[in-house]
Amino acid sequence: SALAMSSASTTPPSVDKVDGFSRKSVRKAKQKRSQSSSQFRSQGKPIELTPLPLLKDVSAQEQPELFLKKLQQCCAVFDFMDTLSDLKMKEYKRSTLNELVDYVTVSRGYLTEQAYPEVVKMVSYNIFRTLPPSDSNEFDPEEDEPTLEASWPHLQLVYEFFIRFLESQEFQPSIAKKYIDQKFVLQLLELFDSEDPRERDYLKTVLHRIYGKFLGLRAFIRKQINNIFLRFVYETEHFNGVAELLEILGSIINGFALPLKAEHKQFLVKVLIPLHTVRSLSLFHAQLAYCIVQFLEKDPALTEPVIRGLLKFWPKTCSQKEVMYLGELEEILDVIEPTQFVKIQEPLFKQISKCVSSPHFQVAERALYYWNNEYIMSLIEENSNVILPIMFTSLYRISKEHWNPAIVALVYNVLKAFMEMNSTLFDELTSTYKSDRQREKKKEKEREELWKRLEDLELKRSLQSDGIIPT
Amino acid sequence: MAGAEGDDSLYPIAVLIDELRNEDVQLRLNSIKKLSTIALALGVERTRTELLPFLTDTIYDEDEVLLALAEQLGSFTVLVGGPEFVHNLLPPLESLATVEETVVRDKAVESLRKISQEHSPVDLEVHFVPLVKRLASGDWFTSRTSACGLFSVCYPRVSSTVKAEIRQHFRTLCSDDTPMVRRAAASKLGEFAKVLELDYVKSDIIPLFTALASDEQDSVRLLAVEAGVSIATLLPQEDLEALVMPTLRQAAEDKSWRVRYMVADKFSELQKAVGPEITKTDLVPAFQNLLKDCEAEVRAAAANKVKVFCENLPEDSRETIIMTHILPCVKELVSDTNQHVKSALASVIMGLSTILGKDNTVEHLLPLFLVQLKDECPEVRLNIISNLDCVNEVIGIRQLSQSLLPAIVELAEDAKWRVRLAIIEYMPLLAGQLGVEFFDEKLNSLCMAWLIDHVFAIREAATCNLMKLVEKFGAEWAQNTIVPKVLGMANDSNYLHRMTTLFCINALSGVCGQEITTKHMLPVVLKMSTDQVANVRFNVARCLQKIGPVLDSSALQAEVKPVLEKLATDQDMDVKYFALEAISVLALA
Repeated sequence: SALAMSSASTTPPSVDKVDGFSRKSVRKAKQKRSQSSSQFRSQGKPIELTPLPLLKDVSAQEQPELFLKKLQQCCAVFDFMDTLSDLKMKEYKRSTLNELVDYVTVSRGYLTEQAYPEVVKMVSYNIFRTLPPSDSNEFDPEEDEPTLEASWPHLQLVYEFFIRFLESQEFQPSIAKKYIDQKFVLQLLELFDSEDPRERDYLKTVLHRIYGKFLGLRAFIRKQINNIFLRFVYETEHFNGVAELLEILGSIINGFALPLKAEHKQFLVKVLIPLHTVRSLSLFHAQLAYCIVQFLEKDPALTEPVIRGLLKFWPKTCSQKEVMYLGELEEILDVIEPTQFVKIQEPLFKQISKCVSSPHFQVAERALYYWNNEYIMSLIEENSNVILPIMFTSLYRISKEHWNPAIVALVYNVLKAFMEMNSTLFDELTSTYKSDRQREKKKEKEREELWKRLEDLELKRSLQSDGIIPT
Repeated sequence: MAGAEGDDSLYPIAVLIDELRNEDVQLRLNSIKKLSTIALALGVERTRTELLPFLTDTIYDEDEVLLALAEQLGSFTVLVGGPEFVHNLLPPLESLATVEETVVRDKAVESLRKISQEHSPVDLEVHFVPLVKRLASGDWFTSRTSACGLFSVCYPRVSSTVKAEIRQHFRTLCSDDTPMVRRAAASKLGEFAKVLELDYVKSDIIPLFTALASDEQDSVRLLAVEAGVSIATLLPQEDLEALVMPTLRQAAEDKSWRVRYMVADKFSELQKAVGPEITKTDLVPAFQNLLKDCEAEVRAAAANKVKVFCENLPEDSRETIIMTHILPCVKELVSDTNQHVKSALASVIMGLSTILGKDNTVEHLLPLFLVQLKDECPEVRLNIISNLDCVNEVIGIRQLSQSLLPAIVELAEDAKWRVRLAIIEYMPLLAGQLGVEFFDEKLNSLCMAWLIDHVFAIREAATCNLMKLVEKFGAEWAQNTIVPKVLGMANDSNYLHRMTTLFCINALSGVCGQEITTKHMLPVVLKMSTDQVANVRFNVARCLQKIGPVLDSSALQAEVKPVLEKLATDQDMDVKYFALEAISVLALA
């Protein structure tokens, strides 16, 4: 587009028919999915594995020994970022892993005591690694394509094998717990930060099985998940596997015995509730809300602290998150006991009243939908004496002022419902609306005056201390 | 000193406290931010007995309010009656130091650190140290985390018994159960070491450092690296090898790239801390490894340090080390597969020329610069170009000019406007170094092309660039080369280009001077006052206001005034507005 001037100068300026802006799109085509892998372990010389016979080709007595040998061979880790290296050996390991997967699924009597440490060693060698740095500087899980694990062709089979091993009928936790210990679990949990959703999905199953089979590790697992969440909320705001961990927790909470231990309540209030503050809430909100509701179904007395917690962290500027909060709140209200509702209705409806008058119509609309929920409606009706005065001002004002006609229509319905519920109170509020507003204005003015006086005082004092006005 | 007593009739505490309790968070926040005013109104006595207890009791508010409160309390000493009463501020700050939200907690710790200095040694032991101990043995991790930041401020000012207790508490926190607390302890380890007696550094800090540096979590290990640097500066040379180096060596080869990254990132500080001998024996090979690391992040962090590391090498062996150990790695990085690595290197590599001198630069570095100038990634080229001045001092820029030109032209037309913007900003510098002839021949047309870029920021920068060029090359050059082209655009069919003429005149009239402005620019501006597009017309008014001071009074009266008066009656309100403004500023009414 450069240098159009010389020709332009000969034509006289005319009325601009077109807008002078040119709109060039310089956006590049979408990049293809990127791959990455930890490269620290696999450097240097080519790997040589001596091919072994197939397990099915040897006698039953020889199988356990050969099984161990194959496990040892599979400890060799290949560099998948280099697509040309060790091709033959990569293929050999792949087929061996496939064979091992079938073997632990079908065979009986393969799990000798010596096999346990070798299985855990093979799995550890393959899956435990420092996750590579994220490709994009600020990986945004909502925008960016995840970087996939390059060594997946092997890794997947290792996970597959491990899950079959854990699920095998011959598997004995009492032997395995010597090898699947706290350190193992800790490393496993760190892998949940993997950017590759396929890996996180396998990890979820693995952790679930371990939690189910190793009673001695349960408290430890819960505590470490706590730590991961706390670091996520208060330190880094970055961890890819939050949704997966919450999903596991959902079923763990389901199994909690009653009455709930203090530890579990603390987890709810100090960890799960603050998780709502994280920027990327949308990525795990469904799983989080599920956990919260699970808790409340276990112990309704937790309703008040939960709702107060949500109100404390209510989003101020992010409408998208506000809509999520409103959705979760409705899920909670669906299971709330009337006695709990009464305890929390005032602060709750003060917030709902703010949401209803939000200029963002999706927020207002989401809040107004509560009035379509029969159970919530019945609770409101029972307590209209308290709720109506809180809601009235906002509703009345929006019915006159909101820019969005759909919202105005919804508000009319809500007002109508209130009128039918409690016409005496409704009429009273209507008639005092004006005087209430005036009283508020007057109060506001008094506030301003108070502050003005205070500021004058401060000014005077600072002049005094500067020695300008003698005391 | 604040007034000793407030006036209760004017400012009843209930009213003030109502303000702090207002239902609207924003109003509550405003009130908290003016907490000092409230305290002033109450006087020191009632601030201590009524306001502070209220604040301590109602600490469960929104984090934003708490943050403001934590900050305010840090400078409240005078409002409670001076250092003698400063301990009255501890209860609310102690609660704030235990809340979950990191920002609030950090602010509370900051304020506590601040007011710790205002405690007398006795008060410190009676009031402050017990608070630290309570926090250090709190149930929830937040209070223990906060405690980590408070040890170093009290340690130097307490008795040796209390010192021993403080050391014990710190030790306990370093092996805390939760990684959050260990991280906090690791991040304060260096700071704490600095206030300890040397013997205790050796007996207490070193084992803690070694333990944290081999923590199971890499997020703890990497913080220990930073502490290691601080500790190294405290120890006498002869102890370094035995006490710190094994751990640091291990960190440089940690299996987690984050830890290695940290080592690379802190490399210059480390180099300073360990001194020339260890640098030669240990750091040089370690640095080579980091430059060849398998993770690009680590290589990039190390590449960033190449210049500073070389600069700080001991003089007697600097050149040999660079030529035999560092340069071979640098050569490989020039063709790295990762653009961040190349870009990091490009931002410092030119600096090596001053260290290596003319001959080495020509023989070894110049070929690398030339490769980087042709790199596929624009940031790499840009980083080279933006550091040309280093090379210019050593070998002169002419050596590069043949390769420079295609690089500049390509950047000038890059699809990303930020890249174009960056290269425009280096134009005046390049013009100065390359000289007027080279400029006229090769770069002038680029500078003019930017004036009609489709992104406003580029057109604006191009305008400013022209001004800087005229400052360099003079008014006569301007009149012969750029003014005619700029004025030619006044007839362009695109109103945005016509406006660019006006913006250029705004920028150029001052540097071009009265004669050129009056003779060549003014007529064009005046003619544009009849433009069909209102935006052009009101920019004429603004332009006249801008160039008015450059013109003499006869031109103002005879030519500018009538045009502005006419514009002041324009149908468009913006045109009117700017015309009237110009008339008033130029005093033509």
